[in-house]
Amino acid sequence: MSALVEAQDLVKHFPVSRKIGQVLRGEHPAVKAVDGVSFAIGRGENVGILGESGCGKTTLGRLLLRLITPTAGEIRFDGQPLAEHSGDALLSFRRRAQLVFQNPFDALNPRFTMATSLAEPLRNTRVPAKEHQDRIRTAMRRVHLPDVETYADKYPHQLSGGQLQRVVLARALVVEPEFIVADEPVSMLDVSVRAGILNVMKEIGEQMGLAAAYISHDLALVRYVCERTLTMYCGVVVEDGPTEEVVHRPQHPYTQALVKAVPVPHVHQSREPLPIKGGVPDARNPLSGCRFRDRCPYAFQRCAEEVPPLREIGRGHRAACHLLD
Amino acid sequence: MPILEIEDLCVHYVTPQGVARAVDGASFVVEPGQIVGLVGESGCGKTTLARAIPRVMPKSARVAGGRILFEGEDLLALPARRMNAHRWKKIAFIPQSAMNSLDPVYRVGRQMSEVLIERGGMDKRTARARSAELFAMVGIETGRLDDYPHQFSGGMRQRVAIALALALKPKLVIADEPVTALDVVVQRQVLDVLRALQAELSLSVILVTHDISVVAYLCDAVVVMYAGQVAESGSCDDVLARPDHPYTMGLCNAFPDLARSQGKLVPIEGAPPSLLDPPRGCRFAPRCPFRVERCDEPPPLTRMRPGHRAACWRSGEAAALRIRASRTDTWEQIGARVA
Repeated sequence: MSALVEAQDLVKHFPVSRKIGQVLRGEHPAVKAVDGVSFAIGRGENVGILGESGCGKTTLGRLLLRLITPTAGEIRFDGQPLAEHSGDALLSFRRRAQLVFQNPFDALNPRFTMATSLAEPLRNTRVPAKEHQDRIRTAMRRVHLPDVETYADKYPHQLSGGQLQRVVLARALVVEPEFIVADEPVSMLDVSVRAGILNVMKEIGEQMGLAAAYISHDLALVRYVCERTLTMYCGVVVEDGPTEEVVHRPQHPYTQALVKAVPVPHVHQSREPLPIKGGVPDARNPLSGCRFRDRCPYAFQRCAEEVPPLREIGRGHRAACHLLD
Repeated sequence: MPILEIEDLCVHYVTPQGVARAVDGASFVVEPGQIVGLVGESGCGKTTLARAIPRVMPKSARVAGGRILFEGEDLLALPARRMNAHRWKKIAFIPQSAMNSLDPVYRVGRQMSEVLIERGGMDKRTARARSAELFAMVGIETGRLDDYPHQFSGGMRQRVAIALALALKPKLVIADEPVTALDVVVQRQVLDVLRALQAELSLSVILVTHDISVVAYLCDAVVVMYAGQVAESGSCDDVLARPDHPYTMGLCNAFPDLARSQGKLVPIEGAPPSLLDPPRGCRFAPRCPFRVERCDEPPPLTRMRPGHRAACWRSGEAAALRIRASRTDTWEQIGARVA
């Protein structure tokens, strides 16, 4: 099976304003949001991209959809380099790859009815008008809002958060994409409706053979929809493996801490202090060697000297830590 | 004696569309040294209730009835000046976006000192020393007192907000969604700080949250609110393991659980009712898969076991309902009904 999306040594730096000394020395400080990431997503595969705020996961998602251009590295979609697309090829890519927004309350134009919002991607990708009705009906059925007529003339403020997020999802699905990027798709929603949205996402993934990248900081949510999980830390991937492996036998010390940090809904649970200290690292000046070493309880000499490579440690399981050498 | 007793509290908002009964007859108690979680969906009245205790309510809100007894004294009957004297010193409130409420143009230490000087009557030097103490207490290096808020991460600002709330040694701290905007690792660190401080200072805490896992991790007792009323209350141990109200059952099942193998998540279909015109009977009935005819009348909050109360006509059959509530198809039929 060839991969649908392949990222090779992907880098995205955002320049920051320079001080006079930096200008004179010819330095170009930048936030290294994504700093050398390689992975592939297979057709129909759901991959979770896990990490704290500031780790570069949202930037990675935007790169995958070519909403921003990489500083270096390459993304291939269905074997074709994304950077080379233009005109019709780009339009076709826009149809095949879609974004699901984080905040359903902001994602829809408040002056558009649902019917207008849902038809917009179809118009943008030049789907013939006579197909619109059918496409919208199918998409709405997929997100369990079968009663299209009830919603067609409604404006965003007339719907609840859960209904809105379903419409946002349907809007990504009307163009029948092969790949979606969902950035924290349920973080703005109430718990009671989250479960419904997650169930819908899982279901459409299976029905449509959709490949997806789910970006989240919550391993419990990622686990529910994704068979594979990538953990990012400060712009790089530190672990990549089957989700159940990552949940039960996390190999990288950072992933181990993330797993421990997730509270569970039972009174009887571990309340040991987390093994890691400190906060999100400075993405302008990542540490030499392993970027996690200042928070890592196991760091030793070598971690400062050598960058740990992402190495195979099990079937389909990779991690970047010298301890695993 | 409980430190806080809320009796039949009603808080209404006057809106152009009518009167919204955001809190409509809520009762619960907080024992000294207890951490109580107040949970529910958005719009169930938990923030309104939390804000009514220190009486920091928006203008459109008015208390329509009930009592809030703090150490036996009815806060609602206090003249404004006496109430003001209680704030910070006895009751501290950490609003939802506290971490964003620090003034960006003043150094954090100065903002802390301001509270200590204005409210606590300290002189500048004592206030500075106390600020350093508070910083140490929430685990921030005291050297950072001279930083500006933008130099702090979200988690650190949230800790500053907690430190500020503790500045004048209150007995009761009310924190509205203190960890909602935070990442899991930072969330855990902030919760651990709260727990350590609670034990050290024997505080009583009311924690408003929508996250059952946070309640399970931190709280001793839980009050589940639905549509302005208390649906169920009791010790965390008891309520989370053996919920007696279908809404609590639903909330527990809607949560992904990392510790167990994941079955299908079970959503609660539908949405909470409008508080302008809530259902006359049980307010959860329109979304409840176990609704019976009797539910057209409001169920009283009934004592089930010591310290455990639930407002459901069918709580006697709770054991059987719990099993049915764990299945998706039980709730799906409601989906069809409310749609």
